Amino acid sequence: MIGLGQQHRDRCRMVIAISFLLALILDVLPLPYWAEPFRPEWVSMVLIYWCMATPQTVNVGYGWLMGLIVDLMQGSLLGQNALAKSVIAFLAVTFHLRVRMFPLWQQSIFVVVLVLIGQAITIWVKGLTGGLYPTWMQWMPGLSSMILWPWLFVVLRDVRRLSRAK
Amino acid sequence: MRHARAAQALPPIVRILLAVAVSIPLMVIDQRSHYLREIRSILSTVIYPIQYVASLPQKVGTGVGEFFTSHQVYQQENKKLRLKVLKLKAAQLKYDALLAENARLRALFKAAAKVADKALIAELIEVNLEPFTQKLLVDKGGRNGVFVGQAVIDANGIMGQITGISPSTSTVTLVTDPGHAIPVQVQRNGLRTVLFGTGATNKLSLPHLTATSDIKTGDVLITSGMAGRFPAGYPVARVESITSDANESFLEIVALPVARLNHSKEVLLIWPGSEATVSVKREDEK
Repeated sequence: MIGLGQQHRDRCRMVIAISFLLALILDVLPLPYWAEPFRPEWVSMVLIYWCMATPQTVNVGYGWLMGLIVDLMQGSLLGQNALAKSVIAFLAVTFHLRVRMFPLWQQSIFVVVLVLIGQAITIWVKGLTGGLYPTWMQWMPGLSSMILWPWLFVVLRDVRRLSRAK
Repeated sequence: MRHARAAQALPPIVRILLAVAVSIPLMVIDQRSHYLREIRSILSTVIYPIQYVASLPQKVGTGVGEFFTSHQVYQQENKKLRLKVLKLKAAQLKYDALLAENARLRALFKAAAKVADKALIAELIEVNLEPFTQKLLVDKGGRNGVFVGQAVIDANGIMGQITGISPSTSTVTLVTDPGHAIPVQVQRNGLRTVLFGTGATNKLSLPHLTATSDIKTGDVLITSGMAGRFPAGYPVARVESITSDANESFLEIVALPVARLNHSKEVLLIWPGSEATVSVKREDEK
């Protein structure tokens, strides 16, 4: 019994790791110039999903680590995205029981709020360190993340169920 | 195992406080000092596979495009390039003579001879970097002798400078980045000032010139070599518009970068020639 549980946990960890890896790749994938400002916050969305689905495994620590990797990839100030993503993870874990009950469109609104809070933190840090280019387009990733959330949710849920069923 | 359990028992509020307590000093250290540069460089190596995979679709796309380009197109291009080489060679002849003359004159005046700068071609890696900043990733790094603060140019002028390094890649901050400033002078009269990036892809600003300054639209701004970071004499921007507001003590000047910041696939990394050496060396064309 214990062996089986361990095996299941390992498989679950693997699914989580792969989904984060894909999110990281999507986060740096080159887009056409016009589409660049609308890039969804893939890492944040995947993080929110796992924080709500498995808050015992994925929470603030994962958020911080993923944020740090994003910082390294983007060449931004170390800790900037780490801070934003850990705050997102914290809020997702705190409200996971309530938000799980919401219909998908209401979850989307929850997601957009979290993504915007994350963006506010990075913009705030950029403002303090003098790397800020003030434009309304900075808030667009929230919108695209909101639109994509239901699809991402369904895909990740099915993947998780499949990995558990076997 | 028990240790892991104990860690899991930490309530989220404690974890987030820990994350904040670690992140803020990390950001301050990264902003204020260079201690993290080495660590960042090592960790970037781990990140490189992700960036490489992300850049693959673009690479494959270009490869397929090149494969299907017809023979005729290549022939035409080849012909065009040959003509261009011929023209450049002719210009080079004159340049060589001038260079020799310049060295002779400098020797007469006992001034230190200027050594031609050494250059290395680097290719862009097509990945997204920090949104709403003006940065690029190129495929040469510490292993090739690239250093932080190195000037990056294309065929037309200064593009920016190296701000981050890993063994095999490095980050270029463009002159248009909102956090970038570069000391320049007006080519026409030597008027010195500082040119700032705005964050817009095609706009630079000169905020420190007063209404009495001698500057006109169309003036070319070249690096002045002040501060010792950029080698002197490379074109950076051309003045696009000058707005004079009677209520403001400074002119509002917009300049356009002369380098093709959005179109260059290859860039040149410059090693400035050391002023102390007297012999005039020329780097092989390659």
